[in-house]
Amino acid sequence: MSEERKEFWRWPEYRWVNPDIDWTKGKVITAGVDVGSVSSKAAILVDGELYAYDYMRTGASSKDSAIKAMTWLLEAIEPKMKLEDIHYIVGTGYGRVNVPFAKRAITEIACHARGANFLWGPTVRTILDVGGQDVKAIRCDEKGKVISFLMNDKCAAGTGRGMEVFADLLGVPIQDIGHLSLQVKEEPPPVSNTCVVFARNEASALLRQGWPKEQVAAAYHLAMAMRMVELLERLGVEKDLVVTGGQSKNIGIVKRVARLLNIEPLPNPTKPGYDPVAAGAIGAALFAKALYEREKGVK
Amino acid sequence: MKAHYGYRDGSGAYFIIIDTDKCDGCGKCVEACPQGVLEIVPNDYDIEGGMMAAVKEEHRWKLKYTCGPCKPVGKQVTPPCIAACPKGAIEHSW
Repeated sequence: MSEERKEFWRWPEYRWVNPDIDWTKGKVITAGVDVGSVSSKAAILVDGELYAYDYMRTGASSKDSAIKAMTWLLEAIEPKMKLEDIHYIVGTGYGRVNVPFAKRAITEIACHARGANFLWGPTVRTILDVGGQDVKAIRCDEKGKVISFLMNDKCAAGTGRGMEVFADLLGVPIQDIGHLSLQVKEEPPPVSNTCVVFARNEASALLRQGWPKEQVAAAYHLAMAMRMVELLERLGVEKDLVVTGGQSKNIGIVKRVARLLNIEPLPNPTKPGYDPVAAGAIGAALFAKALYEREKGVK
Repeated sequence: MKAHYGYRDGSGAYFIIIDTDKCDGCGKCVEACPQGVLEIVPNDYDIEGGMMAAVKEEHRWKLKYTCGPCKPVGKQVTPPCIAACPKGAIEHSW
């Protein structure tokens, strides 16, 4: 007998390679590796164009996670690309100092701004990056240079990890929880938004009282959106607003943030491979290109 | 660039704000802070490089407590880090 138990928080790992680019013809090949607290991303650019990216779960060691993300991506590339074929690699994210093959580490805030500028274009001024274990609000100029940023370092409320906990509690796949949270006629009052453990506790009580799943999901999504909006308002929001990180794919969060702020974020780019989850890794790869060109003295 | 380091919790918002356009990485604030909260790090926000002051990672989630001794209740005093900065690059949110 065999049996598979579904774990609802588990999001699928993913990789993508641009079929229209022949990397062997490229002059400058650069990469960015973004080791986050929950997922690790790698992105490769060929002459400044997005060629490939992937995201995987981060393990106990940042070093191994960086190697895993890079190896899995390189395996997908035809004709074979080796690590030595990449001219410059920049590490970023929570585990950036532990990326063994990176020539330089750059903070994820600078990389996210640069990446968002690449994905959505020069009109982006405010970025809400909802990571695995923190939420960042970033303001940038038309070149993707950071003007100010604010990061909540304290706890997991309002982050991807918190959403995983709720997906598990409600028994809903993490990819569907945002949609589910929108299936309420009237928005319920939010649960506590200072702590995931408290929020989960409250939610268990609500479920016991007989609240349907979608209503509990809505109460949590609203609480998280309120927390993100507080951060954004401390920094000041200027259009265009975009959302990066894993929760950019959670429609329940994006819709509520838009409603609370009264600003509609730009929709996710439709160009293949332009994934807001990889914004940090793409930004790092762009920095890698700039640094490589500086090193070689080309303009 | 204005960097906000810190957090908000149920009791308030605790952020140290450093203006990296003013900060030249001189390190006077690092010497002045009795709690060792600050450090000088490479400025990643400027491709030209240079150094800047930042709040150490391990202090970013407990500023309310580490900065407490410099903020006596009921008295308005300028914390030593702000007083030490010749460029006026440091602010506190609380």
